[in-house]
Amino acid sequence: MAGTKITLEQVRHVARLARLELSPQDEDRLRADMDEMLAYVDKLNELDTSNVAPTTQVGEAGTPMRDDVVTNQPAAAAMLANAPLRDRDYFKVPKIIE
Amino acid sequence: MASGLNNLTIAEASAKLRAREITATNLTRDCLDRIAAAEPKLHAFITVCEKEALDQARAADTRLAAGNAPALCGIPLGIKDIYATKGVRTTCASRILENFVPPFDATVIERLRAEGAVFVGKTNLDEFAMGSSTENSAFGPTLNPHDTERVSGGSSGGSAAAVAAHECLGSLGTDTGGSIREPASFCGVVGIKPTYSRVSRYGVIAYASSLDQVGPFTKSVRDAAILLQTLAGKDVCDSTCSARPVPDYELALTGDVKGLRIGVPREFFVEGMQPEVEKSVRSALKNYESLGASTVEISLPHTGYAIAAYYLVATAEASANLARYDGIRYGLRANAEDNIALYETTRAQGFGAEVKRRIMLGTFALSAGYYDAYYLKGQKVRTLIRNDFERAFEKCDLIVTPVAPATAFKIGEKMNDPLTMYLSDIFTISVNLAGLPGMAMPCGHDSNNLPIGMQLIAPPFAEETILRAGDAFERTGAFKSRSPVV
Repeated sequence: MAGTKITLEQVRHVARLARLELSPQDEDRLRADMDEMLAYVDKLNELDTSNVAPTTQVGEAGTPMRDDVVTNQPAAAAMLANAPLRDRDYFKVPKIIE
Repeated sequence: MASGLNNLTIAEASAKLRAREITATNLTRDCLDRIAAAEPKLHAFITVCEKEALDQARAADTRLAAGNAPALCGIPLGIKDIYATKGVRTTCASRILENFVPPFDATVIERLRAEGAVFVGKTNLDEFAMGSSTENSAFGPTLNPHDTERVSGGSSGGSAAAVAAHECLGSLGTDTGGSIREPASFCGVVGIKPTYSRVSRYGVIAYASSLDQVGPFTKSVRDAAILLQTLAGKDVCDSTCSARPVPDYELALTGDVKGLRIGVPREFFVEGMQPEVEKSVRSALKNYESLGASTVEISLPHTGYAIAAYYLVATAEASANLARYDGIRYGLRANAEDNIALYETTRAQGFGAEVKRRIMLGTFALSAGYYDAYYLKGQKVRTLIRNDFERAFEKCDLIVTPVAPATAFKIGEKMNDPLTMYLSDIFTISVNLAGLPGMAMPCGHDSNNLPIGMQLIAPPFAEETILRAGDAFERTGAFKSRSPVV
């Protein structure tokens, strides 16, 4: 990855993956910023990590278990209170299926 | 500075409240008066909850009158605007959540409420906790109470400034790469990031889930112990939260550090750091030696790689965590013809520049063809950094370092250079990568009267060692914090 240079096409591809609309100015600035950051993180390649396991968990090992019991109550009104657009007890969105 | 009740520590106020020498209502009024006077100069709060706070204070007074009230009953606190607070707007300093009113309380808020704590307001932060100066807040920066031309630090700058300026007696922050410790250092207060998993994060808006941790800001180490007591402990709503019993933190404050082995990492005293910072921390180490502790030079050889590893891991996690802000169920929604355009324009309008920068870098680090070279590499280097600490703690019980290479910088100084801004977290970030507890506390001033902070780092779940050592230093009176100018 040494010498990686991010192209505008890559910036646009990543923006699509991230669901971010970018203005042409955004694209230029982000291309430069990402280039600088990626050049900086290249220093990690000074380290031989071929025999190092990645960190996958920081806290204590294991998953806590509990009984599968319902403890909360239906709260549709509270959940819908922040809806940007609603129709009765539904979140309203643009038409998805023609 | 006026001699209002707001200048008390939590321990002092709690004793006076329970002895009925003062009332929670008067204490809260003094904090609200101070807020009204200081806010035009500081902007530590996004939302001030005057009415709610006075209602809570009256309820606390009733409870205090009945006797046997808990330690935090009637204590006015500031809450970083990243905690879900039922019925009180929670913005995360972002346009995308500008009008979001959570239908529930974060677990730690629920616990504080149960003790009768008073919430005076929601404090300012860098948008989604992404930043080191609070300049990334969509609602404008928080200024440093010691010099209003300078930053308060970040991301929990509002919480740090509010305590430093006596707008409240304590506050809550969060720390992903230094977001409690760096602002505590810049503002001259105590701030502790507990061990990863020590405190529940349920209801805390997520930035980077393998790094985020909740913690308090206070005026003294004893107050930090008191607040942490209520915050720490198992929560069924957060499966990452440890079930380990919570020790009595105040019992750890014995003042005795005889025989304590303090490690001093050579990589943390680097070329280019402000000489006064090194001098203050070295002088604190001398103080510990005079108290009977010993110091030993240690090495954390991968320190120089921590920021690079962090900006891959943290941004990758952020890109996933922030995928939920899509304009469908809550928050800002842009007008658009179809769903994809709705997501894309909502997020373009709702997120600020730094948030977009991190989402982009994180999405890239996780994307097909780049995952191994970036994200996985970052997680492997993280293992090396954790191993460094494990080895170091074979030789010592506590590590003492500066919190930051320099004191608070000027507003705007680093805004145009993200990488330079990221480098201000060089001494705090590795602690998050390793999941360790770390505390910042004042240990000096520079020639501009700006606070200098030292960082105390311990093995996992050894918060007691940190608190004991911090409290012992405070008791020597070797260093006395100056009052803020605001």
